[in-house]
Amino acid sequence: MLDTLFHMLSYPFMVRAFAVGTLVALCSALLGVSLVLKRYSMIGDGLSHVGFGALALAAALNVAPLTVAIPVVVVAAVLLLRISGGSRIKGDSAIALISTSSLAVGVMVISVTTGMNTDVYNYMFGSILAMSEEDVRLSVLLSVIVLVLFFFFYQKIFAITFDETFAQATGVRAGLYNTLIAVLTAVTIVLGMRMMGALLISSLIIFPALTSMRVCRTFKSVIVNSAAVSVVCLVVGITVSYVCATPAGASVVMVNIAALCVYALVGALRNRRGGK
Amino acid sequence: MALIKCENVSIGYEGQTVVKDLNFEISTGDYLCIVGENGSGKSTLVKSILGLKAVESGAILFGDGLKQNEIGYLPQQTDVQKDFPASVYEVVLSGRLNSRGFRPFYTAADKQQAYEKMEILGIRDLARQCFRDLSGGQKQRALLARALCATKKLLLLDEPVTGLDPIVTAEFYQLIRRINRESGIAVVMVSHDIESAVEDASHILHLQEKVLFFGTAEDYRKSRIGKTFLGGGQNA
Repeated sequence: MLDTLFHMLSYPFMVRAFAVGTLVALCSALLGVSLVLKRYSMIGDGLSHVGFGALALAAALNVAPLTVAIPVVVVAAVLLLRISGGSRIKGDSAIALISTSSLAVGVMVISVTTGMNTDVYNYMFGSILAMSEEDVRLSVLLSVIVLVLFFFFYQKIFAITFDETFAQATGVRAGLYNTLIAVLTAVTIVLGMRMMGALLISSLIIFPALTSMRVCRTFKSVIVNSAAVSVVCLVVGITVSYVCATPAGASVVMVNIAALCVYALVGALRNRRGGK
Repeated sequence: MALIKCENVSIGYEGQTVVKDLNFEISTGDYLCIVGENGSGKSTLVKSILGLKAVESGAILFGDGLKQNEIGYLPQQTDVQKDFPASVYEVVLSGRLNSRGFRPFYTAADKQQAYEKMEILGIRDLARQCFRDLSGGQKQRALLARALCATKKLLLLDEPVTGLDPIVTAEFYQLIRRINRESGIAVVMVSHDIESAVEDASHILHLQEKVLFFGTAEDYRKSRIGKTFLGGGQNA
């Protein structure tokens, strides 16, 4: 058991995968609580599709993937918030619109340049080999920003998530925080998607929050629990992926499903005992 | 000087004026009910008082040391709150946010305030309960406690009894009356319920795209418009 662990960590790519993975899992869990409660779960999914389009474009132009993907996805995130705020087109259809458009653009770009190959497959479903030194540095920076945000502005984030109108009425600049959360989500998704896969990365946003909400009854405990569950699931998932030679993204999602089931069961038992 | 003074205020959406030529004022200790049909501009006016919506013309002035972000606002409940995992204590405490500024944490005094307000509203023993498990009346009390945490001078309630049963509604009105009388906090309540409004309020503002009536509840009862609407209420 321990042998496997040491063996696993003797590969630099595995160390990088663990480093980026845990940090991305931590950030997405924290951001995810707010997004899920505000009914913005699909924003993660939408942005990952935009990310796919951007990666395809970067590959075609032969430039570093992150230099194209991060700005494009950040712009998309801000755009999505603006559109759903303006309410001409409703939030859910706006997300579907933007995500399918970018997926289509991505597929078109790929088909006229490289054609469908392993790279494309990896973008879709993720690869454990994808993380570079630069990714590690960027994910450390990102998680520092997210942690600072949640530590110093926790009360404001709670107020905005629970009741945006009240928060605004008491002088909280809700628009600013919403944009900040969207931008950080965008960066988190771009960082995580090459390992988890464009089709699976949004699970990191949604699962931990929903899992914690089965059992936890205060906002603070939901936040702390989500972060913990997310990191544990990721570590277990990557280990499973290494040991069983299964795709990283799918393995992590499977572990998350298991955690959700366990929490749901505990929640149901507790409610029954509480007479509800 | 009044707490709030509206001078020739017009408010609208994208060029469409919703209410115009509003003139009224609210003083310390007043209990003002804003009545009117759906679409008469009540909610729009509330948003402008809170500074969430700019006025097209005119001005809303704040006096007596009241700041715009120190209004105790009780909004209509949203879908998000129905299954929100938060304790009553967390919700009530978030009312202290406007006194925080850039400091990230609540002080002992803030926490003390939160408990005091819960005590006043009789929900002290619900502090550790989850907000989503409360009854409709308890939820409104928790949100009212939050609003009280945010203000010393003015409560602004947007149709607070929507969806509450008659007994809980009566209790809630009683609570508002008590807060108004005992703490001298001015109350502005948007309401559909004209009958109760006239009973409890000191002043009535009747909106129908413009001010149909503004004055004391007593005068409203005697006025032609008041008689029509109250009479209509009795026939229904």
